[in-house]
Amino acid sequence: MRPGRIEASGRPLPWSLVTPTSGADTVSNAAATPEKEQPFAALGLKPDEYELIKSILGRRPTSGELAMYSVMWSEHCSYKSSKKYLRQFGQKVSENMKKNLMVGMGENAGVIDVGEGWAVTFKIESHNHPSYIEPFQGAATGVGGIVRDIISMGARPVAVMDALRFGQIDDPDTARVVHGVVSGISFYGNCLGLPNIGGETWFDPVYQANPLVNALAVGVLRHEDLHLANARGVGNKVVLFGARTGGDGIGGASILASDSFSEGGPTKRPAVQVGDPFAEKVLIECCLELFAGDLVEGIQDLGAAGISCATSELASNGDGGMFIELEKVLLRDPTLTAEEILMSESQERMMAIVTPEKLEGFLAVTAKWDVETSVLGEVTDTGRLIINWHGEEIVNVDPRTVAVDGPVYDRPVAYPAWLDALQADTTASLPRSTDLRADTLRLVGSPNLADKAWITNQYDRYVMGNTALSFPDDGGMVRVDEESGLGFAVATDANGRYCQLDPYRGAQLALAEAYRNVAATGATPVAVSDCLNFGSPENPEVMWQFSRAVEGLADGCLELEIPVTGGNVSFYNQTGDVPIHPTPVVAVLGTIDDVARRIPSGWQDEGDNIYLLGTTRDELDGSAWAGVIHDHLGGVPPLVDLAGEASLAGLISGGAQESLIASAHDLADGGLATALVDSVLRFGVGARVWISEIMERDGVDATAALFSESTGRMLVSVPREDDVKFRGLCEGRGYPVLRIGVTENSGQLELQDHFTLSIDELRGASRSTLAEAFGPVVGY
Amino acid sequence: MRIGVVTFPGSLDDRDAQRAVRLAGAEPVALWHGDHDLQGVDAIVLPGGFSYGDYLRCGAIAAVSPIMTEVVSAANSGMPVLGICNGFQILVEAHLLPGGLIRNDHGDFICRDQRLRVENTSTDWTNGFTAGQEITIPLKNGEGGFIADAETIARLEGEGRVVFRYLDVNPNGSIDDIAGITNERGNVVGLMPHPEHATEPGFGPDTPAAMRSGVDGLTFFTSAISALVSR
Repeated sequence: MRPGRIEASGRPLPWSLVTPTSGADTVSNAAATPEKEQPFAALGLKPDEYELIKSILGRRPTSGELAMYSVMWSEHCSYKSSKKYLRQFGQKVSENMKKNLMVGMGENAGVIDVGEGWAVTFKIESHNHPSYIEPFQGAATGVGGIVRDIISMGARPVAVMDALRFGQIDDPDTARVVHGVVSGISFYGNCLGLPNIGGETWFDPVYQANPLVNALAVGVLRHEDLHLANARGVGNKVVLFGARTGGDGIGGASILASDSFSEGGPTKRPAVQVGDPFAEKVLIECCLELFAGDLVEGIQDLGAAGISCATSELASNGDGGMFIELEKVLLRDPTLTAEEILMSESQERMMAIVTPEKLEGFLAVTAKWDVETSVLGEVTDTGRLIINWHGEEIVNVDPRTVAVDGPVYDRPVAYPAWLDALQADTTASLPRSTDLRADTLRLVGSPNLADKAWITNQYDRYVMGNTALSFPDDGGMVRVDEESGLGFAVATDANGRYCQLDPYRGAQLALAEAYRNVAATGATPVAVSDCLNFGSPENPEVMWQFSRAVEGLADGCLELEIPVTGGNVSFYNQTGDVPIHPTPVVAVLGTIDDVARRIPSGWQDEGDNIYLLGTTRDELDGSAWAGVIHDHLGGVPPLVDLAGEASLAGLISGGAQESLIASAHDLADGGLATALVDSVLRFGVGARVWISEIMERDGVDATAALFSESTGRMLVSVPREDDVKFRGLCEGRGYPVLRIGVTENSGQLELQDHFTLSIDELRGASRSTLAEAFGPVVGY
Repeated sequence: MRIGVVTFPGSLDDRDAQRAVRLAGAEPVALWHGDHDLQGVDAIVLPGGFSYGDYLRCGAIAAVSPIMTEVVSAANSGMPVLGICNGFQILVEAHLLPGGLIRNDHGDFICRDQRLRVENTSTDWTNGFTAGQEITIPLKNGEGGFIADAETIARLEGEGRVVFRYLDVNPNGSIDDIAGITNERGNVVGLMPHPEHATEPGFGPDTPAAMRSGVDGLTFFTSAISALVSR
């Protein structure tokens, strides 16, 4: 994994205090003044890291070099605390998992061969810290950053999604963050012309001062258009193009993203970058035209650590040497110092490697799109990254020491002292539901399960004309090829409550649910991207949670045989000593031969049979029922059976190919009750349902039948004429199946022997929650 | 039959409009904002998006781009011109249509399947509809509130130049629920909803019959083709 972009930044800049006002701190000056004091600690470097830099260079770093090392060795960019564990994603891999993997972890984003000469690239990344400080710009630039990663691979971005976690819905500060984040995503994504096809939103007090904004983007490309971030070919030009470089986002990766918020600390707001989606839209079209004209040898987006990152990474991945004249960078603010230019995380910039023969053609394309461009230098074979500032050498380093061989930590790990007590506090002690109707309604209206149209109606889901599924269906689906109908589906999931109870199983549950969501659309899951949101790695208990979650995810991916292709880690999501629940957001991508065979999540016709696939255990620990009805979190999460999930996915995919399934919806938060209500509300078609046979077959009571969150289950509806075939399909695959109802145009959900809820009542409960908290929804 | 679709910097639904033209049976022609060449097209679509980042005012900069000189003169000679969303804003800024589009009254961007009533079926882009026909077209915009002074509204209403009106709910605060209007001649039509996104089964708005099956937008483009054929 590599830093995708900045986790914000600012200008708490020590530079003006420490650099001589006349002239830059040159390499020869650094060699001549070994004792000069440098503000390494203010830049986030530890004393031993500073000593390491001095021993690498054989002298003290120049202020420019110190700037580069400080941002590139930050937690956000270097993965120094997580690297040890992330290696598992590359190690726990079978031959099958490599089969369709064109580019794996380590590049800007993973690339999957989806057949017919097409490839899909996707990645999810965090923009958590800036989205709390300045929600609108933080979230907007989160979208912008991940989209540039996708462009860097040579792909056209075709869809975005977002996984959001906010504090308690009725906390006064939550509205500030929600309004800002949602309008930021809406502003940037809509203006880029990318359909927003799904995502998830959770509210929980644990995210009150640490909201999570994880943005996902997907791109498509022809195999031959694949581009990588490397600087090869001595004499090739290093070209910076896009927006001008300004004073925003300086040191964001080191100062903001790699530290916890402290009560009463200085505001970090000036650090957050400001996005211009128009500049990015033009940059997308410009890049695609450059790729089409074969005018680019290597390309890298500028995100976290800006020019420091792009130059050192391109050089490290290529011939190893590069010469840059930094004064040629086009500036928004002419007073910026060399160090500030190196660290700036201004948005909407790209760096390309271009052969001298193609430079003219390159410049013609950027001129056509009015994209400002400057040639900064060229690729060399010196093995050194040398940066000059007005003729004076201010950086002379081995780029690998900056970008690749940073410090790696084996942080202390400790089993949480509180965990045994938490797991012992199960839901067995809680009273069962005595009023199933009332409890169902409370779940329907609970913030995490309620209708999210207040959010999703602010996103354009139509643009590009290829959206086959979007919220509120289980996954988003987009057509890739207009002729054949080839397409992909994506879903993201993470249940922080489960991860708090058991991070290993919690991570696997997130994987299983995202996998099941993709399968429910009729697609076949093929790849994973993850965004691992945790507290401070300096807390041994957090580090234990992290290690367990990564292990669970890596083991799970190996069992399902779908590779992790990239993602990112976001640490320091904590305020004071209190970390968030571990929240490993898992994005699963699947493929489908023809999107015309996609499966919606709700009932469209009356008279279809309703089947429950899978079996129900009494698994209420950590459930929505426990949280909403009893405000309880304790016990152990549901069992995971990944082989069963794979079997279920195969069954649904088989049913989709034969067009036997009218709808499919996975069972997760809120169990069967939520799945039934969602299926009713999707198109307003009612149903008559019975749970007596579930209770009898699986030996559970009505509370568990309705609210248990056992995995490996899906609710499907099947037209009568396909009934025999469908039952045959289930029997052939040996998957448990039970007919539990029939769809009706009755305007109600009738649960025989228990209760009846009208669609109007369900709709009212589902729609009122977000509207009351954040404002009315047009048309509701 | 060749229908041009202009791409401005920041146009977003330009390829979608081209697809809609193709699905309707005409040949789409990509036109570039910086050119003065209409490439001999028979009709023109100004697509949706955020031309020039919506800087200054939505559509204001695009309205003075080189291609618009040609579009204005072609429109004044009777060529069918359709402005969708940002294209409508550009037509207004270019004074081919009266009034203005302002921020939605509720302040947010809104994306929804919007029901409309077709009030005028004599324009080049609506002759295939029946009078009073109710259609569903995706709407997605942040600045779609139609405004005009009382005199202009009275004239538009009096001359039957309100082509589409929002049904069920007014999604943006437009005066008199106005979703789209035409010029006196009926060859220039602008509307906020996106007909190009209701032209292909599987990718349009939901209908009672099936998910995403709405294709009411196709009639805009077939109307233009029949208007051109009958000339």
